[in-house]
Amino acid sequence: MPSATDGSSPRAGPAPAIAVRGLAVDRGGRKVLDGLSCQIAAGSVTGLLGPSGCGKSTLMRAVVGVQIVAGGTVQVLGLDAGSKALRSRVGYVTQAPSVYADLNVEENLQYFAAIVGASSERIAETIAAVGLDGMEGRIVGSLSGGQRSRVSLASALLGEPEVLILDEPTVGLDPVLRAELWRIFHNLATAGTTLLVSSHVMDEAGECDELLLMRDGALLRQTTPDGLREETGESDLGKAFLVTIERAGRG
Amino acid sequence: MSLHATGATAMRVLRQIRHDPRTIALLLVVPAVLLLLLYWVFEGEKQVFQQIGAPLCGLFPFIVMFLITSISMLRERTSGTLERLMTLPMGKADILFGYGIAFGILATVQAAVVVFLGFVVLDLHAAHGAWLVALLAIANAILGMSLGLFVSAFAQTEFQAVQFMPALIFPQLILCGLFVPRDEMAGFLEAISWLLPLTYAYEALAKATSDKKLDAAFAADVLVVVGVTIAALGLGALTLRRRTG
Repeated sequence: MPSATDGSSPRAGPAPAIAVRGLAVDRGGRKVLDGLSCQIAAGSVTGLLGPSGCGKSTLMRAVVGVQIVAGGTVQVLGLDAGSKALRSRVGYVTQAPSVYADLNVEENLQYFAAIVGASSERIAETIAAVGLDGMEGRIVGSLSGGQRSRVSLASALLGEPEVLILDEPTVGLDPVLRAELWRIFHNLATAGTTLLVSSHVMDEAGECDELLLMRDGALLRQTTPDGLREETGESDLGKAFLVTIERAGRG
Repeated sequence: MSLHATGATAMRVLRQIRHDPRTIALLLVVPAVLLLLLYWVFEGEKQVFQQIGAPLCGLFPFIVMFLITSISMLRERTSGTLERLMTLPMGKADILFGYGIAFGILATVQAAVVVFLGFVVLDLHAAHGAWLVALLAIANAILGMSLGLFVSAFAQTEFQAVQFMPALIFPQLILCGLFVPRDEMAGFLEAISWLLPLTYAYEALAKATSDKKLDAAFAADVLVVVGVTIAALGLGALTLRRRTG
Protein backbone atom coordinates (compact mmCIF):
# COMPACT_ATOMS: atom_id res chain seq x y z
CA MET A 1 0.00 0.00 0.00
CA PRO A 2 1.47 3.40 -0.90
CA SER A 3 1.87 5.33 2.31
CA ALA A 4 0.36 8.78 2.38
CA THR A 5 3.03 10.68 4.23
CA ASP A 6 1.68 13.01 6.82
CA GLY A 7 4.06 15.89 7.53
CA SER A 8 2.68 16.43 11.01
CA SER A 9 3.26 12.81 12.00
CA PRO A 10 5.63 12.67 14.93
CA ARG A 11 7.08 9.34 13.82
CA ALA A 12 8.60 8.09 10.66
CA GLY A 13 8.13 4.53 9.42
CA PRO A 14 5.00 2.67 8.34
CA ALA A 15 1.58 4.26 8.75
CA PRO A 16 0.12 3.51 12.19
CA ALA A 17 -2.88 1.20 12.43
CA ILE A 18 -4.60 3.60 14.80
CA ALA A 19 -4.02 7.35 14.94
CA VAL A 20 -5.81 9.44 17.54
CA ARG A 21 -5.45 13.21 17.46
CA GLY A 22 -6.84 15.60 20.04
CA LEU A 23 -9.70 13.27 20.97
CA ALA A 24 -12.26 14.85 23.29
CA VAL A 25 -15.33 13.14 24.72
CA ASP A 26 -17.89 14.80 26.99
CA ARG A 27 -20.41 12.93 29.04
CA GLY A 28 -23.00 14.83 31.02
CA GLY A 29 -20.91 18.01 30.96
CA ARG A 30 -17.83 16.16 32.25
CA LYS A 31 -14.76 15.76 30.09
CA VAL A 32 -14.12 12.01 29.93
CA LEU A 33 -11.32 12.42 27.41
CA ASP A 34 -9.59 15.74 27.00
CA GLY A 35 -7.51 16.17 23.87
CA LEU A 36 -5.92 12.73 23.82
CA SER A 37 -3.45 11.85 21.07
CA CYS A 38 -1.62 8.59 20.38
CA GLN A 39 -0.51 6.30 17.59
CA ILE A 40 -0.56 2.54 17.58
CA ALA A 41 1.75 0.58 15.32
CA ALA A 42 0.38 -2.16 13.08
CA GLY A 43 1.00 -5.76 14.11
CA SER A 44 1.65 -4.96 17.76
CA VAL A 45 0.00 -5.65 21.08
CA THR A 46 -0.60 -2.37 22.84
CA GLY A 47 -1.72 -2.39 26.44
CA LEU A 48 -4.06 0.35 27.56
CA LEU A 49 -3.59 0.66 31.27
CA GLY A 50 -4.92 2.83 33.99
CA PRO A 51 -7.27 2.83 36.96
CA SER A 52 -10.99 2.09 36.52
CA GLY A 53 -12.89 5.09 35.24
CA CYS A 54 -9.88 6.78 33.63
CA GLY A 55 -11.43 6.66 30.16
CA LYS A 56 -9.97 3.42 28.75
CA SER A 57 -13.31 2.05 27.55
CA THR A 58 -14.28 5.43 26.13
CA LEU A 59 -11.07 5.61 24.11
CA MET A 60 -11.69 2.09 22.81
CA ARG A 61 -15.28 2.92 21.93
CA ALA A 62 -14.02 5.92 19.99
CA VAL A 63 -11.55 3.74 18.08
CA VAL A 64 -14.34 1.33 17.17
CA GLY A 65 -16.51 4.29 16.21
CA VAL A 66 -19.45 3.75 18.54
CA GLN A 67 -18.65 6.72 20.78
CA ILE A 68 -20.04 10.19 20.14
CA VAL A 69 -16.99 12.43 20.24
CA ALA A 70 -16.82 16.14 21.01
CA GLY A 71 -13.63 16.81 19.08
CA GLY A 72 -10.48 15.47 17.49
CA THR A 73 -10.02 12.70 14.97
CA VAL A 74 -9.62 8.95 15.19
CA GLN A 75 -8.27 7.10 12.18
CA VAL A 76 -8.09 3.34 11.90
CA LEU A 77 -6.21 1.75 8.98
CA GLY A 78 -6.19 5.17 7.36
CA LEU A 79 -9.99 5.55 7.51
CA ASP A 80 -12.22 7.48 9.88
CA ALA A 81 -13.14 5.33 12.87
CA GLY A 82 -16.56 3.75 12.47
CA SER A 83 -16.67 4.11 8.70
CA LYS A 84 -18.53 1.41 6.85
CA ALA A 85 -15.44 -0.08 5.22
CA LEU A 86 -13.94 -0.73 8.66
CA ARG A 87 -16.82 -2.83 9.97
CA SER A 88 -15.39 -6.05 8.60
CA ARG A 89 -11.79 -5.09 9.45
CA VAL A 90 -12.12 -4.09 13.11
CA GLY A 91 -13.16 -6.49 15.87
CA TYR A 92 -14.45 -5.25 19.20
CA VAL A 93 -14.99 -7.09 22.45
CA THR A 94 -16.79 -5.15 25.13
CA GLN A 95 -16.04 -5.50 28.82
CA ALA A 96 -19.39 -7.17 29.52
CA PRO A 97 -19.77 -10.15 27.17
CA SER A 98 -22.11 -9.06 24.37
CA VAL A 99 -23.49 -12.38 23.21
CA TYR A 100 -26.95 -13.94 23.36
CA ALA A 101 -27.40 -15.60 26.76
CA ASP A 102 -30.39 -17.60 25.52
CA LEU A 103 -28.52 -19.23 22.63
CA ASN A 104 -25.89 -21.92 22.87
CA VAL A 105 -22.22 -21.30 22.09
CA GLU A 106 -22.39 -22.61 18.55
CA GLU A 107 -25.60 -20.75 17.68
CA ASN A 108 -24.05 -17.49 18.87
CA LEU A 109 -20.99 -18.04 16.71
CA GLN A 110 -23.08 -19.19 13.74
CA TYR A 111 -25.00 -15.93 13.84
CA PHE A 112 -21.93 -13.69 13.99
CA ALA A 113 -20.20 -15.88 11.40
CA ALA A 114 -23.13 -15.37 9.02
CA ILE A 115 -22.75 -11.60 9.39
CA VAL A 116 -19.01 -11.46 8.81
CA GLY A 117 -19.04 -14.27 6.25
CA ALA A 118 -16.97 -16.82 8.18
CA SER A 119 -17.14 -20.52 7.32
CA SER A 120 -18.21 -23.33 9.62
CA GLU A 121 -14.60 -24.54 9.73
CA ARG A 122 -13.65 -21.11 10.98
CA ILE A 123 -16.28 -21.43 13.75
CA ALA A 124 -14.74 -24.72 14.91
CA GLU A 125 -11.27 -23.21 14.71
CA THR A 126 -12.29 -20.21 16.79
CA ILE A 127 -14.04 -22.32 19.41
CA ALA A 128 -10.85 -24.35 19.77
CA ALA A 129 -8.69 -21.22 19.91
CA VAL A 130 -10.53 -19.85 22.94
CA GLY A 131 -10.61 -23.26 24.59
CA LEU A 132 -14.34 -23.84 24.41
CA ASP A 133 -14.30 -27.15 22.53
CA GLY A 134 -16.86 -29.55 23.88
CA MET A 135 -19.02 -26.62 25.03
CA GLU A 136 -20.68 -25.93 21.66
CA GLY A 137 -24.11 -27.04 22.81
CA ARG A 138 -24.10 -25.23 26.14
CA ILE A 139 -26.50 -22.32 26.59
CA VAL A 140 -24.34 -19.23 27.09
CA GLY A 141 -26.45 -18.06 30.04
CA SER A 142 -25.46 -21.21 31.93
CA LEU A 143 -21.72 -20.67 31.45
CA SER A 144 -19.34 -19.13 33.95
CA GLY A 145 -18.33 -15.49 33.53
CA GLY A 146 -14.96 -16.41 32.09
CA GLN A 147 -16.47 -18.83 29.58
CA ARG A 148 -19.02 -16.25 28.55
CA SER A 149 -16.36 -13.65 27.88
CA ARG A 150 -14.50 -16.20 25.77
CA VAL A 151 -17.64 -16.71 23.66
CA SER A 152 -17.68 -12.95 23.21
CA LEU A 153 -13.99 -12.98 22.24
CA ALA A 154 -14.53 -15.86 19.81
CA SER A 155 -17.35 -13.92 18.13
CA ALA A 156 -14.92 -11.09 17.44
CA LEU A 157 -12.17 -13.41 16.15
CA LEU A 158 -14.45 -15.09 13.58
CA GLY A 159 -13.95 -12.55 10.82
CA GLU A 160 -10.14 -12.42 11.31
CA PRO A 161 -10.17 -8.65 11.76
CA GLU A 162 -6.99 -6.65 11.11
CA VAL A 163 -7.52 -4.59 14.24
CA LEU A 164 -8.82 -6.05 17.50
CA ILE A 165 -10.03 -3.85 20.32
CA LEU A 166 -10.34 -5.86 23.53
CA ASP A 167 -11.76 -4.25 26.63
CA GLU A 168 -10.49 -6.11 29.69
CA PRO A 169 -10.61 -9.53 28.00
CA THR A 170 -8.85 -11.35 30.83
CA VAL A 171 -10.81 -9.98 33.76
CA GLY A 172 -12.14 -12.76 36.00
CA LEU A 173 -10.11 -15.49 34.29
CA ASP A 174 -7.83 -17.91 36.09
CA PRO A 175 -4.07 -17.55 35.51
CA VAL A 176 -3.87 -20.54 33.17
CA LEU A 177 -6.54 -19.18 30.88
CA ARG A 178 -5.06 -15.73 31.02
CA ALA A 179 -1.71 -17.07 29.85
CA GLU A 180 -3.56 -18.99 27.15
CA LEU A 181 -5.34 -15.87 25.91
CA TRP A 182 -2.14 -13.85 25.89
CA ARG A 183 -0.58 -16.59 23.77
CA ILE A 184 -3.48 -16.17 21.31
CA PHE A 185 -2.99 -12.39 21.28
CA HIS A 186 0.74 -12.74 20.54
CA ASN A 187 0.06 -15.22 17.76
CA LEU A 188 -2.46 -12.84 16.23
CA ALA A 189 0.03 -9.97 16.41
CA THR A 190 2.73 -12.11 14.82
CA ALA A 191 0.28 -12.80 12.00
CA GLY A 192 -0.09 -9.05 11.50
CA THR A 193 -3.14 -8.20 13.62
CA THR A 194 -3.03 -4.99 15.61
CA LEU A 195 -4.32 -5.42 19.13
CA LEU A 196 -5.35 -2.80 21.64
CA VAL A 197 -5.96 -4.51 24.97
CA SER A 198 -7.11 -2.72 28.09
CA SER A 199 -6.49 -3.89 31.60
CA HIS A 200 -6.44 -2.43 35.05
CA VAL A 201 -4.01 -5.00 36.38
CA MET A 202 -0.43 -3.96 35.78
CA ASP A 203 0.97 -7.48 35.79
CA GLU A 204 -0.40 -7.86 32.27
CA ALA A 205 1.59 -4.85 31.08
CA GLY A 206 4.67 -7.04 30.66
CA GLU A 207 2.85 -9.00 27.94
CA CYS A 208 2.51 -5.95 25.71
CA ASP A 209 4.86 -4.53 23.09
CA GLU A 210 3.73 -0.98 23.81
CA LEU A 211 2.01 0.64 26.75
CA LEU A 212 -0.44 3.50 26.92
CA LEU A 213 -0.73 4.70 30.50
CA MET A 214 -3.90 6.66 31.14
CA ARG A 215 -5.19 8.64 34.04
CA ASP A 216 -8.20 10.96 34.41
CA GLY A 217 -9.00 11.05 30.72
CA ALA A 218 -5.48 11.90 29.63
CA LEU A 219 -2.56 9.92 28.29
CA LEU A 220 0.26 9.97 30.85
CA ARG A 221 2.88 8.10 28.85
CA GLN A 222 3.28 6.05 25.72
CA THR A 223 6.20 3.70 26.25
CA THR A 224 7.30 0.06 26.32
CA PRO A 225 7.50 -2.21 29.37
CA ASP A 226 11.32 -1.96 29.35
CA GLY A 227 11.15 1.77 28.75
CA LEU A 228 8.87 2.17 31.75
CA ARG A 229 11.21 0.12 33.96
CA GLU A 230 14.18 2.15 32.81
CA GLU A 231 12.53 5.55 33.29
CA THR A 232 11.38 4.77 36.80
CA GLY A 233 14.11 2.48 38.00
CA GLU A 234 11.44 0.01 39.15
CA SER A 235 11.53 -3.54 37.88
CA ASP A 236 7.93 -4.14 38.95
CA LEU A 237 5.61 -2.59 36.36
CA GLY A 238 2.90 -1.92 38.92
CA LYS A 239 5.29 0.14 41.01
CA ALA A 240 6.68 1.77 37.89
CA PHE A 241 3.18 2.94 36.98
CA LEU A 242 2.66 4.40 40.45
CA VAL A 243 5.96 6.28 40.20
CA THR A 244 4.88 7.64 36.82
CA ILE A 245 1.57 8.81 38.28
CA GLU A 246 3.32 10.49 41.18
CA ARG A 247 5.74 12.27 38.89
CA ALA A 248 2.88 13.39 36.69
CA GLY A 249 1.09 14.71 39.78
CA ARG A 250 4.10 16.71 40.84
CA GLY A 251 4.85 17.93 37.34
CA MET B 1 -29.15 -4.36 3.63
CA SER B 2 -28.29 -7.95 2.71
CA LEU B 3 -30.57 -10.94 2.39
CA HIS B 4 -27.92 -13.00 4.12
CA ALA B 5 -27.72 -10.90 7.29
CA THR B 6 -31.50 -10.45 7.37
CA GLY B 7 -32.07 -14.18 7.12
CA ALA B 8 -29.41 -14.91 9.74
CA THR B 9 -31.06 -12.44 12.10
CA ALA B 10 -34.51 -13.98 11.61
CA MET B 11 -33.03 -17.43 12.22
CA ARG B 12 -31.26 -16.20 15.35
CA VAL B 13 -34.42 -14.65 16.81
CA LEU B 14 -36.38 -17.85 16.11
CA ARG B 15 -33.65 -19.94 17.73
CA GLN B 16 -33.79 -17.76 20.84
CA ILE B 17 -37.50 -18.43 21.09
CA ARG B 18 -37.03 -22.13 20.38
CA HIS B 19 -34.84 -22.35 23.47
CA ASP B 20 -37.77 -21.04 25.47
CA PRO B 21 -40.56 -23.61 25.02
CA ARG B 22 -42.63 -22.12 27.79
CA THR B 23 -42.90 -18.86 25.89
CA ILE B 24 -43.96 -20.75 22.78
CA ALA B 25 -46.62 -22.60 24.78
CA LEU B 26 -47.86 -19.35 26.29
CA LEU B 27 -47.93 -17.72 22.86
CA LEU B 28 -50.17 -20.43 21.49
CA VAL B 29 -52.28 -21.35 24.50
CA VAL B 30 -53.06 -18.00 26.12
CA PRO B 31 -55.05 -16.46 23.23
CA ALA B 32 -56.96 -19.73 22.85
CA VAL B 33 -57.83 -19.85 26.55
CA LEU B 34 -58.93 -16.21 26.54
CA LEU B 35 -61.14 -16.83 23.55
CA LEU B 36 -62.66 -19.87 25.29
CA LEU B 37 -63.32 -17.75 28.38
CA LEU B 38 -65.14 -15.20 26.25
CA TYR B 39 -67.13 -18.02 24.65
CA TRP B 40 -68.28 -19.33 28.01
CA VAL B 41 -68.94 -15.87 29.45
CA PHE B 42 -71.22 -15.05 26.53
CA GLU B 43 -72.82 -18.46 26.34
CA GLY B 44 -76.36 -17.96 25.07
CA GLU B 45 -75.41 -14.56 23.68
CA LYS B 46 -73.94 -15.71 20.42
CA GLN B 47 -74.35 -12.27 18.89
CA VAL B 48 -72.10 -10.63 21.49
CA PHE B 49 -69.46 -13.35 21.23
CA GLN B 50 -69.45 -12.88 17.46
CA GLN B 51 -69.13 -9.11 17.81
CA ILE B 52 -66.20 -9.22 20.27
CA GLY B 53 -64.64 -12.63 19.73
CA ALA B 54 -64.33 -12.52 15.96
CA PRO B 55 -62.27 -9.33 15.71
CA LEU B 56 -60.37 -10.19 18.87
CA CYS B 57 -58.91 -13.26 17.11
CA GLY B 58 -57.08 -10.83 14.84
CA LEU B 59 -55.99 -8.50 17.63
CA PHE B 60 -54.28 -11.02 19.94
CA PRO B 61 -51.14 -11.25 17.79
CA PHE B 62 -50.85 -7.45 17.80
CA ILE B 63 -50.82 -7.31 21.59
CA VAL B 64 -48.48 -10.26 22.08
CA MET B 65 -45.95 -9.23 19.44
CA PHE B 66 -45.84 -5.68 20.78
CA LEU B 67 -44.90 -7.00 24.18
CA ILE B 68 -42.42 -9.63 23.03
CA THR B 69 -40.63 -7.32 20.62
CA SER B 70 -40.30 -4.46 23.05
CA ILE B 71 -38.71 -6.78 25.61
CA SER B 72 -36.38 -8.61 23.22
CA MET B 73 -35.24 -5.37 21.60
CA LEU B 74 -34.65 -3.86 25.02
CA ARG B 75 -32.49 -6.88 25.89
CA GLU B 76 -30.59 -6.42 22.65
CA ARG B 77 -29.92 -2.82 23.64
CA THR B 78 -28.96 -3.47 27.26
CA SER B 79 -26.88 -6.63 26.72
CA GLY B 80 -24.52 -4.88 24.32
CA THR B 81 -25.39 -7.18 21.43
CA LEU B 82 -27.01 -4.32 19.54
CA GLU B 83 -23.83 -2.29 19.89
CA ARG B 84 -21.84 -5.25 18.62
CA LEU B 85 -24.16 -5.65 15.63
CA MET B 86 -23.75 -1.94 14.90
CA THR B 87 -19.96 -2.43 14.65
CA LEU B 88 -20.36 -5.32 12.20
CA PRO B 89 -21.00 -5.22 8.46
CA MET B 90 -24.75 -5.24 8.90
CA GLY B 91 -27.46 -2.73 8.08
CA LYS B 92 -30.15 -1.45 10.42
CA ALA B 93 -32.70 -2.79 7.95
CA ASP B 94 -31.24 -6.28 8.43
CA ILE B 95 -32.09 -6.11 12.11
CA LEU B 96 -35.56 -4.66 11.56
CA PHE B 97 -36.53 -7.07 8.80
CA GLY B 98 -34.90 -10.00 10.56
CA TYR B 99 -37.13 -9.36 13.54
CA GLY B 100 -40.07 -8.79 11.21
CA ILE B 101 -39.64 -12.15 9.49
CA ALA B 102 -39.12 -14.07 12.74
CA PHE B 103 -42.10 -12.56 14.52
CA GLY B 104 -44.15 -12.74 11.34
CA ILE B 105 -43.63 -16.51 11.30
CA LEU B 106 -44.46 -16.75 14.98
CA ALA B 107 -47.57 -14.61 14.47
CA THR B 108 -48.68 -16.84 11.61
CA VAL B 109 -48.62 -19.90 13.85
CA GLN B 110 -50.37 -18.03 16.64
CA ALA B 111 -53.02 -16.65 14.30
CA ALA B 112 -53.60 -20.09 12.79
CA VAL B 113 -54.30 -21.60 16.21
CA VAL B 114 -56.65 -18.89 17.45
CA VAL B 115 -58.45 -18.49 14.12
CA PHE B 116 -58.96 -22.25 13.88
CA LEU B 117 -60.37 -22.34 17.39
CA GLY B 118 -62.61 -19.35 16.86
CA PHE B 119 -63.92 -19.91 13.37
CA VAL B 120 -63.92 -23.68 13.13
CA VAL B 121 -64.39 -25.02 16.64
CA LEU B 122 -66.37 -22.22 18.31
CA ASP B 123 -68.39 -21.45 15.19
CA LEU B 124 -67.55 -17.77 14.82
CA HIS B 125 -68.65 -16.39 11.49
CA ALA B 126 -66.27 -14.81 8.98
CA ALA B 127 -68.33 -13.69 6.02
CA HIS B 128 -65.24 -13.19 3.87
CA GLY B 129 -63.37 -16.27 5.01
CA ALA B 130 -61.35 -17.08 8.10
CA TRP B 131 -58.15 -16.83 6.05
CA LEU B 132 -58.75 -13.10 5.70
CA VAL B 133 -58.97 -12.77 9.49
CA ALA B 134 -55.71 -14.73 9.75
CA LEU B 135 -54.02 -12.47 7.18
CA LEU B 136 -55.18 -9.36 9.03
CA ALA B 137 -53.96 -10.93 12.26
CA ILE B 138 -50.48 -11.33 10.77
CA ALA B 139 -50.49 -7.75 9.49
CA ASN B 140 -51.53 -6.59 12.96
CA ALA B 141 -48.76 -8.67 14.53
CA ILE B 142 -46.19 -6.92 12.35
CA LEU B 143 -47.76 -3.59 13.32
CA GLY B 144 -47.45 -4.53 17.00
CA MET B 145 -43.86 -5.62 16.43
CA SER B 146 -42.90 -2.35 14.74
CA LEU B 147 -44.45 -0.28 17.52
CA GLY B 148 -42.77 -2.45 20.16
CA LEU B 149 -39.42 -2.06 18.45
CA PHE B 150 -39.79 1.71 18.41
CA VAL B 151 -40.95 2.14 22.00
CA SER B 152 -38.22 -0.16 23.33
CA ALA B 153 -35.86 2.78 22.83
CA PHE B 154 -37.72 4.64 25.57
CA ALA B 155 -37.40 1.97 28.24
CA GLN B 156 -34.31 1.44 30.33
CA THR B 157 -35.55 -1.63 32.17
CA GLU B 158 -37.84 -4.56 31.47
CA PHE B 159 -40.18 -3.27 34.19
CA GLN B 160 -40.65 -0.11 32.19
CA ALA B 161 -41.07 -1.96 28.90
CA VAL B 162 -43.81 -4.16 30.36
CA GLN B 163 -45.68 -1.05 31.52
CA PHE B 164 -45.86 0.18 27.94
CA MET B 165 -48.52 -2.42 27.29
CA PRO B 166 -51.13 -1.04 29.71
CA ALA B 167 -49.96 2.48 28.91
CA LEU B 168 -50.05 2.31 25.13
CA ILE B 169 -52.12 -0.73 24.16
CA PHE B 170 -55.02 -0.82 26.64
CA PRO B 171 -56.29 2.68 25.77
CA GLN B 172 -56.28 1.70 22.11
CA LEU B 173 -58.22 -1.49 22.88
CA ILE B 174 -60.79 0.47 24.88
CA LEU B 175 -61.20 3.16 22.22
CA CYS B 176 -60.99 1.08 19.05
CA GLY B 177 -64.70 0.21 19.00
CA LEU B 178 -64.36 -3.40 20.14
CA PHE B 179 -66.36 -2.94 23.35
CA VAL B 180 -68.42 0.17 22.55
CA PRO B 181 -69.18 1.43 19.04
CA ARG B 182 -67.10 4.54 18.50
CA ASP B 183 -70.07 6.66 17.40
CA GLU B 184 -71.64 6.08 20.81
CA MET B 185 -68.58 7.49 22.60
CA ALA B 186 -68.18 11.08 23.73
CA GLY B 187 -67.09 13.23 20.80
CA PHE B 188 -63.55 13.81 22.04
CA LEU B 189 -63.02 10.08 22.58
CA GLU B 190 -64.13 9.33 19.07
CA ALA B 191 -61.81 12.06 17.82
CA ILE B 192 -58.90 10.46 19.69
CA SER B 193 -59.81 7.02 18.36
CA TRP B 194 -59.24 8.26 14.82
CA LEU B 195 -55.60 8.89 15.74
CA LEU B 196 -54.92 5.42 17.11
CA PRO B 197 -53.61 2.71 14.77
CA LEU B 198 -55.46 -0.10 16.54
CA THR B 199 -58.76 1.55 15.55
CA TYR B 200 -57.98 0.82 11.91
CA ALA B 201 -56.82 -2.71 12.70
CA TYR B 202 -60.12 -3.31 14.49
CA GLU B 203 -62.20 -1.67 11.77
CA ALA B 204 -60.67 -3.90 9.11
CA LEU B 205 -61.34 -7.00 11.24
CA ALA B 206 -64.90 -5.92 12.02
CA LYS B 207 -65.57 -5.45 8.32
CA ALA B 208 -63.90 -8.74 7.41
CA THR B 209 -66.10 -10.62 9.89
CA SER B 210 -69.35 -8.84 8.97
CA ASP B 211 -71.63 -9.63 6.06
CA LYS B 212 -71.12 -6.25 4.41
CA LYS B 213 -69.25 -6.00 1.16
CA LEU B 214 -65.57 -5.14 1.49
CA ASP B 215 -65.34 -1.66 0.04
CA ALA B 216 -62.84 1.14 -0.24
CA ALA B 217 -63.20 1.85 3.49
CA PHE B 218 -61.83 -1.63 4.23
CA ALA B 219 -58.92 -1.03 1.87
CA ALA B 220 -58.28 2.30 3.59
CA ASP B 221 -58.16 0.59 7.01
CA VAL B 222 -55.62 -1.93 5.75
CA LEU B 223 -53.57 0.85 4.15
CA VAL B 224 -53.43 2.74 7.44
CA VAL B 225 -52.23 -0.40 9.24
CA VAL B 226 -49.51 -0.95 6.66
CA GLY B 227 -48.60 2.75 6.59
CA VAL B 228 -48.25 3.00 10.36
CA THR B 229 -46.16 -0.19 10.32
CA ILE B 230 -43.74 1.33 7.81
CA ALA B 231 -43.63 4.61 9.72
CA ALA B 232 -42.94 2.81 13.00
CA LEU B 233 -40.17 0.77 11.36
CA GLY B 234 -38.66 3.99 10.06
CA LEU B 235 -38.80 5.55 13.51
CA GLY B 236 -37.39 2.31 14.93
CA ALA B 237 -34.45 2.53 12.54
CA LEU B 238 -33.73 6.02 13.87
CA THR B 239 -33.43 4.59 17.39
CA LEU B 240 -30.79 2.05 16.28
CA ARG B 241 -27.77 4.25 16.63
CA ARG B 242 -24.26 3.34 15.63
CA ARG B 243 -22.81 5.98 17.92
CA THR B 244 -23.96 6.61 21.45
CA GLY B 245 -22.77 8.79 24.32
